[in-house]
Amino acid sequence: MSAPKNNLETLPRGLQAALALGLIALVAFPFVGSDFYAQMVARMMILAIFAMSLDLLQGVTGLVSLGHAAFFGISGYALAFMTPAGESVALWWTLPAAVLGSALAALVIGFFVVRTQGIYFIMVTMAFAQMVFYVFFDNRSLGGSDGLYINFKPDATLFGWAPFDLEDKRSFYYFTLACLVAVYAFLRRLLFSPFGRALAGIRVNEHRMRAMGFGTFGYKLAAFTLAGALAGLAGYLWGAQTGYVNPELMGFHMSAHAIMMVILGGMGNFAGAIVGAFAFEYLLSVFKDLPTVGGVHIGKHWQLWMGLFIVAIVMFAPRGLLGLAGRLFQRKEGP
Amino acid sequence: MDFPSFLIQLLNSVQYGLLLFMLAAGLTLIFGIMGVVNLAHGSFYMLGAYLAWSLSTLLGSLVLAIVVGAALSVVFGLALEWLLFRHFYQRDHLDQVLLTFGLIYIFEEMRSILWGDDVHGVKIPELLRGSIPLTDTLSYPVYRLFMSGVCIVLALGLYLLISRTRLGMKIRAGAFNRDMAESLGINIKLIHAVVFALGVALATVAGMIAAPISSVYPNMGSQVLIMCFVVVVIGGIGSVRGALISALLVGLVDTFGKVLLPQLAGMLVYMLMAAVLLWKPEGLFKQ
Repeated sequence: MSAPKNNLETLPRGLQAALALGLIALVAFPFVGSDFYAQMVARMMILAIFAMSLDLLQGVTGLVSLGHAAFFGISGYALAFMTPAGESVALWWTLPAAVLGSALAALVIGFFVVRTQGIYFIMVTMAFAQMVFYVFFDNRSLGGSDGLYINFKPDATLFGWAPFDLEDKRSFYYFTLACLVAVYAFLRRLLFSPFGRALAGIRVNEHRMRAMGFGTFGYKLAAFTLAGALAGLAGYLWGAQTGYVNPELMGFHMSAHAIMMVILGGMGNFAGAIVGAFAFEYLLSVFKDLPTVGGVHIGKHWQLWMGLFIVAIVMFAPRGLLGLAGRLFQRKEGP
Repeated sequence: MDFPSFLIQLLNSVQYGLLLFMLAAGLTLIFGIMGVVNLAHGSFYMLGAYLAWSLSTLLGSLVLAIVVGAALSVVFGLALEWLLFRHFYQRDHLDQVLLTFGLIYIFEEMRSILWGDDVHGVKIPELLRGSIPLTDTLSYPVYRLFMSGVCIVLALGLYLLISRTRLGMKIRAGAFNRDMAESLGINIKLIHAVVFALGVALATVAGMIAAPISSVYPNMGSQVLIMCFVVVVIGGIGSVRGALISALLVGLVDTFGKVLLPQLAGMLVYMLMAAVLLWKPEGLFKQ
């Protein structure tokens, strides 16, 4: 994977300001928008966490995983298994448990896939994720193709004190926003830590890193496991929000969507992943809502528009939306 | 398992393996020679199955449908190469993944618009119906033998084309060193177009001959794509010989797994892949 020449890791000032404005907009949204749209934005934030977790592999380390949805789904299923049919389950232990489950799965699968490279890595991650998909799809005891329901959202009570109630839509929205901000801050911090620098070095030239004495296998496995854990956090929130998990969550399309979100926004700085997730989900809803013209239901064929849009993006804007924006900002700031 | 039923499972696994080989060979040729990863390869298989269904109803003969469909798929492959793929030979794998993922969406929706979302069956032609007795109580369907036969003929043809003809020599030269081949006066652009169309045609023909026994349904492409990936990963990317051996191996493990260890059947092929990755991370026959 070739590294972008003009690195967007350090965000231009204009972009930082735009992100701050975005955060203010997200905080204010539940007071302005309707419940329906607030739920949609919460879903976008969950997908943004998922996309950021993939960006750690794809944009930072240069590992394009076509099976990242496996860890997203595993955690959602973990929540479904832990939640009893007639009552809610405690948030404070099920969240770490579900994330740990995803991390463990990523550690095991990573052990096999991280030793491969480039196009091989893409194929192997996809094959392993598909294996996970079929384990759940084929087993009636794991919900089968119908999936599982999560009737109650996790309960945030801590030693008798309830700081917030996730059944309340606004509380859920802010809990998700807090997770989004925490994950972003954590990943940005990680990006400039020695560990993050080593991962970036692996993307640019793995051979040189190995020659310099870095155990690149260990670094890549750690990145894969961490990315799996964060995908698990997103999957847990997804399961809690929708109240339903099915094998599609771990499918090939979900994994490809994550890749698409990261590309669409711009890789390697996590802000791109957030922008990409919001833009991608928004576009999907626009394509699905296209009107009927002359007896032809255009919105019904959203897959066609999505496909054409993806092809157009790859042909004409390979560095994503932030790449476009970054070029604009740089032109303004230049001499 | 007694001997006759063992023989039937063996024939089944060879037939499945050969079908997988037709698909994996196209995938690995396109990657090995042009460096393009094609997620839409499974869509060509689906296209083949739908072509077999509509052409055989239209023309009244499956064999005629296969011949016409193969010709159509070559034209389709050439057009696709000329319109899109030739711009992506020098691009990142990531761009290729995205392009071909977009194509999956487009092909699935076009399939839905043109042919609808129903499941269809394709009739086995009169001549190939019936079965050949193996013992007094067991017999083997003629159509499955026909499938294996077609695959063997095409595999042999592919082998002879690549190793014995002038065109094959140019293909190998282009894969080995593109710039050198070009400066020797080989028309690489033409070679690439031909190889791409060949890969598309192999996948489409596989879909057409498989249609009568697997039926024709939406999303049939993605399942097959993943098995192709497994075959290519085990065999080693870019190696057609590796694809053949690993396709037969996967056919064997999958078919016998379903009979002997039905609880584990879905996992066995992936376990085989994981074992190969531990032993040889680049596949058994990496070139």
